[in-house]
Amino acid sequence: MSNFEIVTREDFSEVTYLLEVRHPLMARAARPGQFVIVMLHEAGERIPLTIADFDREAGTITLVVQAVGKTTREMQQACRRGTHLHALVGPMGVPSTTTHAKKVVCVGGGLGVAPIYPQARALKESDAYVIGVIGFRNKDLVFWEEKFKAICDELIICTDDGSAGIKGLVTEGIKQAVARHSDIDEVIAIGPPIMMKGCADTTRPFGIRTMVSLNPLMVDGTGMCGGCRVKIGEEVKFACVDGPDFDGHKVDFDDLMRRLKRFTKEERMALEHWEKGCRLQQQIDATAASPGGGSE
Amino acid sequence: MAKKKTIRTIPQERTPMLEQAAAARAKNFQEVACGYRLEDALREAERCLLCPDRPCVAGCPVGIDIPGFIEKIGRKDLRAAYDTLTDTNLLPAVCGRVCPQENQCEGVCTVGESLESVAIGRLERFVGDTAIKEGWANIPYIEPNRYRVGIVGSGPAGMACAADMAKAGCDVTVYEAFHVPGGVLRYGIPDFRLPNEVIDAEIENLKKLGVKFECNTLVGRLFTIEQMIGEMGCDAVFVGVGAGYPTGLGIPGDSLNGVLSANELLTRCNLMRAKEFPNFDTPVPLGRRVAVVGAGNTAMDAMRVCLRLGAEKVYCIYRRSRKEAPARLEEVHHAEEEGIEFNWLTNPVAVLDDGSGGVRGLRCVRMVLGEPDDSGRRRPVPIGGSEFDFECDVVVYAIGTNANPIMGQTSRLRLNKWGYIDTDDDLATSVAGVFAGGDIVTGAATVIEAMGAGRKAARSMKVYLGLRDPCLPYRVDADAGDRPFGIDRRERNFVRVRMAET
Ligand SMILES: Cc1cc2nc3c(=O)[nH]c(=O)nc-3n(C[C@H](O)[C@H](O)[C@H](O)COP(=O)(O)OP(=O)(O)OC[C@H]3O[C@@H](n4cnc5c(N)ncnc54)[C@H](O)[C@@H]3O)c2cc1C
Ligand code: FES
Repeated sequence: MSNFEIVTREDFSEVTYLLEVRHPLMARAARPGQFVIVMLHEAGERIPLTIADFDREAGTITLVVQAVGKTTREMQQACRRGTHLHALVGPMGVPSTTTHAKKVVCVGGGLGVAPIYPQARALKESDAYVIGVIGFRNKDLVFWEEKFKAICDELIICTDDGSAGIKGLVTEGIKQAVARHSDIDEVIAIGPPIMMKGCADTTRPFGIRTMVSLNPLMVDGTGMCGGCRVKIGEEVKFACVDGPDFDGHKVDFDDLMRRLKRFTKEERMALEHWEKGCRLQQQIDATAASPGGGSE
Repeated sequence: MAKKKTIRTIPQERTPMLEQAAAARAKNFQEVACGYRLEDALREAERCLLCPDRPCVAGCPVGIDIPGFIEKIGRKDLRAAYDTLTDTNLLPAVCGRVCPQENQCEGVCTVGESLESVAIGRLERFVGDTAIKEGWANIPYIEPNRYRVGIVGSGPAGMACAADMAKAGCDVTVYEAFHVPGGVLRYGIPDFRLPNEVIDAEIENLKKLGVKFECNTLVGRLFTIEQMIGEMGCDAVFVGVGAGYPTGLGIPGDSLNGVLSANELLTRCNLMRAKEFPNFDTPVPLGRRVAVVGAGNTAMDAMRVCLRLGAEKVYCIYRRSRKEAPARLEEVHHAEEEGIEFNWLTNPVAVLDDGSGGVRGLRCVRMVLGEPDDSGRRRPVPIGGSEFDFECDVVVYAIGTNANPIMGQTSRLRLNKWGYIDTDDDLATSVAGVFAGGDIVTGAATVIEAMGAGRKAARSMKVYLGLRDPCLPYRVDADAGDRPFGIDRRERNFVRVRMAET
């Protein structure tokens, strides 16, 4: 079917990188809002990543990854053009509903900037007025500005330190957009839970429908383990099969953030274990490379 | 000719099977029951009276010729015993280990009326294991036809259907969402009960029949059932996706960290090998004191896995009594031996918060059994004022599963009101050419029933495709009207009959 070959790798910053993976069937099936589960190698864990883009002609899907934990850092090291992933399954989740919204704010922060892109593009294609709000820590971390400009009617870039665009969080951007336009039908926000929570809180007083894309821990991604369960109002839902998109005004973000910390201790252990292995490997390589090294 | 056996001449006691000692095995993941040696099997085979009634055959969901294979063990012709078994059962090494024999063949065994019943499951396992060791496989002569069959899900239902269709000459591909095939056998049932090598061997046999496996394929989302029978050119499709959507407790505190489903625990541990963390990347929540809610096979597996992961104390919380516990008897027995503390007639009412998002304990209430309910089991009712708390830091719920919503979300297959796939008696779904079976039709059941469903669906599929089915050949008992010369009407030619078996 596919051997999950990486055909492009691009680095946006020290921590953010893009992988384009060949999977023609998936490129055909993927819709905005869906995600994949990736395994780097046989001993790896299964991690969910949002599909940031897909190219039906080239038969590829694009993932944008932030190296934050063990697996994403290891991927940063291992995934080069021409290498292969061990497993890639998807597209998972219910595609974002194509709304009939006329005017939409698409908000992306941090690792949410990439996955908001196909949504914004789809909305533009269905003739909506699209206001993009994308947030970064500083100017150096900004990426895809041109790409967004091409599909947004307005683009507001927000940086924490004001080194690019406006100074402040994406919620500042939303406030500006809302102040300028009284007829916004919908806000779509993707990013860290704390950011999405902020977005939902910002739009709540205005009663603007706000959709968020949740990113709980997952194992199978097929609705079989319940690890991804989230609280939506009074109900328990599984983000992998019932989501990942939910009404931001109903999501219990505190529950989500608490559940994301389930394995903090183990994640640190895994990272340390791996880094130790890396250092050892470096030493071995260094010994082998140094003159006289390895001749003993 | 040997003298006729009678109940008095056969070995009176059931031949014991070597097992790892409880104390040692509770700390490792090696198989608990070590299986029969040849001499054990011969002795146990001796205990079968080869009675003419053969109640065991009727007791087996797939109708294995049980006296037939046991008689061949008695003659030390293990190869012939294997052939007899695999006439009906694709996975003897698996079923010998995991079938609830006490409710099936062994439950109705004639010897069992006065002595302990013949250990049919152990004998089956012995033959299955011998076949794996010897590398036996029954690959019939297969004449390829031009039909393509797609199988969704690689659990026992899918595997059984795949095998039968491959033997009939079809080009069969199994699509599996996980990165390895096997279904519950792989991700659910732990190594100490069903080692991975056994599943691997059975899957190898399927590959020898020409069955192809495509893992990492989420049907419904990557392509739909309709696309399979349309543009992908499948002439028939079987859906055996299981029913693993876990149900929650629905009590206060059940979203706390430290509360998880047995499926999550087992998948992390078995499939993702969390027991070898951090050499494998997937972690598993380790509890010092673990409470497992439920008393089915899944609950037993979860409890025993926790013990092996190093929990100091593992409790079973079940609202009915031991008699009603749905698990295999042997598993309950093994769990007791290993030191699981059983709390029968106990129901959780709240998970207690430790103040930082984790679990401090479980609040339970004592129950009594009242009037029988719809399932015929006596309904447990709480005893007023009997609430009590006990300390634990991990709570695992193993209280049943529901149908997975993906098929319903992505296809036109008609579902019943509980979300399971609706089929007729021949396992045909509402979409022509699409059949379904296993847990996704019946709700959570057993390995052998899922396999039986896979085979039944294969039979219907062959009828649908107009393929001659060696499983339903010449019927002498048939009345002549519909079946002149004892041959089924639809069997007389190779015309594709687009109708279900009548
Ligand atoms: C922990 C546990 C212990 C058990 N112990 C026993 C026992 O001792 N004895 C016994 O008889 N029974 C036991 N059972 C029950 C038994 O395992 C099941 O009844 C049986 O496996 C059902 O088989 P199946 O083929 O219907 O589904 P499954 O075995 O569930 O297989 C379904 C497969 O389909 C895949 N799938 C799902 N959706 C899709 C999709 N959209 N696309 C592609 N693939 C998909 C799944 O990943 C899975 O691999 C146990 C079950 C559990 C969970
Ligand atoms: S990730 Fe397992 S149910 Fe959603």
